[in-house]
Amino acid sequence: MNWMVQAKNLIYDYLVEKNEEEEPVRFRALDDLTLDVKKGDFIAILGRNGSGKSTFAKQINGLLKPSSGTILVNGMDTAQEKNLLPIRQKAGMVFQNPDNQIIATIVEEDVGFGPENLGVPTDEIWKRVEKSLSQVGMLHYRKHSPNRLSGGQKQRVAIAGVMAMKPDCIILDEPTAMLDPSGRKDVLDTVLELKEKEQVTVILITHYMDEVVGADEIFVMDHGRIAMQGTPREIFAQVDRLKELGLDVPQVTELAYELRRDDWDLPECVLTSEELREELIRLWQ
Amino acid sequence: MREAVIGQYYPAESVIHRLDARVKLAGTMIYIISLFLFKSFSCYLVVAAFLLTVIILSKVPLGYILRGLRTVIFLLIFMSMFNLFFTPGDIVYWKAGPFQMTNMGVRNACFMALRLSLLIIGSSMMTFTTTPNQLTDGLESLLKPLRKIGLPVHEIAMMMSIALRFIPILMEETQKIMKAQMARGASFDEGNLIQKAKSLVPILVPLFVSAFRRADDLAMAMEARCYHGGDGRTKMKPLRYRGRDYAAYAILAVYVALVIVIGKVWYL
Repeated sequence: MNWMVQAKNLIYDYLVEKNEEEEPVRFRALDDLTLDVKKGDFIAILGRNGSGKSTFAKQINGLLKPSSGTILVNGMDTAQEKNLLPIRQKAGMVFQNPDNQIIATIVEEDVGFGPENLGVPTDEIWKRVEKSLSQVGMLHYRKHSPNRLSGGQKQRVAIAGVMAMKPDCIILDEPTAMLDPSGRKDVLDTVLELKEKEQVTVILITHYMDEVVGADEIFVMDHGRIAMQGTPREIFAQVDRLKELGLDVPQVTELAYELRRDDWDLPECVLTSEELREELIRLWQ
Repeated sequence: MREAVIGQYYPAESVIHRLDARVKLAGTMIYIISLFLFKSFSCYLVVAAFLLTVIILSKVPLGYILRGLRTVIFLLIFMSMFNLFFTPGDIVYWKAGPFQMTNMGVRNACFMALRLSLLIIGSSMMTFTTTPNQLTDGLESLLKPLRKIGLPVHEIAMMMSIALRFIPILMEETQKIMKAQMARGASFDEGNLIQKAKSLVPILVPLFVSAFRRADDLAMAMEARCYHGGDGRTKMKPLRYRGRDYAAYAILAVYVALVIVIGKVWYL
């Protein structure tokens, strides 16, 4: 089985209740979404606010159930109650607000929360906690209170909490939205390292473009549908289309794009500052 | 602000920290009962000595403990004043209208202040040295027999530990909201009592809204991490009595005996 997530014709409606008298209004958050994620890939999902990307993340974890269509996680249908625990163990989720996802008052107890729920024996819990805390570089803080950690550190603890459940896939729902730049970098580096070393599938939902440059595939969502799909190079070449969808491109890409419009002889898509430097040196010579 | 909260866990390596939470819970109960059962200074000498030993063993700095008292200082003063001016006694030092200062009043005032301080310090020693999770585990295990009569023991314990986790976060949030309202010209310490109470509304409303949002997020995060109630759950730190826990129970018994004996033979 090569697919981590297979979503087919996924539709999800929210019911928005305005007030007592009026009928609740249906709001379509996911509209006929079909999307496959290969095991071991690093997938990025982009989209402006309200594009349905967080709703999709919650579908993968079984926190929301499709209104119609199906979504299979590791071959298991999320619509079936009995699949929920195995799905949540296989596809762990990290949320946006670091404070609202840490349950315990001691770092190590929080990391142990997932395994405890799974009924893992005590000795094994300790091993997993130690391993996953060292994987995210937070072992030194194991006895600390989460309140004294920085936002980036809290997110790394949350990632360790997911890793301790031995997942095949981590879904990160805007994990860096509330962090400062250095915290963002720490969290992202941690995720990429886990992807390399543990071969976990990473599904990163974000609106920071520089975070997704290293992705294997990017999906851009808009109004609950997939608006664009492709490798970072393919996606970021279409600067105008991205702007139409309310998104930005990485700063370097935008600079190269503007220079190209001024008839500089640059390739269609530049993703990193090293690349641009090389190209500029070439032009100079 | 975070530091001054009564009963925030103070991480340290000590005998008291390592004791089983059930021992500490039982010990605290016995300690509190002993505080209310005995009414002489001589008994409180034993109580204070016991408390001091626990404090020293726990390696929690005395300054940190006393800072916790600061939050209740007004209550302390208020109760002492009441006792000081309203207790009738044999020897009257001073009298004006309904107010009087008597030998019994002075005694009672000192006594109440002492009792309340010992009570607060004693019970916060438990939370200083026990993580909320251990505490709720201990409580869960002590209350387990009540599950037979339909009490959702695991759920109650879980709720308590979450409440404890969010106290500092919500306190910080309160500060933030207050500052935000002050920046827009709100004042919280002007006017009479009713006006002051009214000025709290613009703090409480956003605070509640945010607390509900946090609760929603947290519930989702817990579910995402496979939380499904207490069934089939294992413990990372299961409660297991060790030698030192039995020793602690023995010391507690000696303490109770000592207080009773002192109370009988020496009234001060």
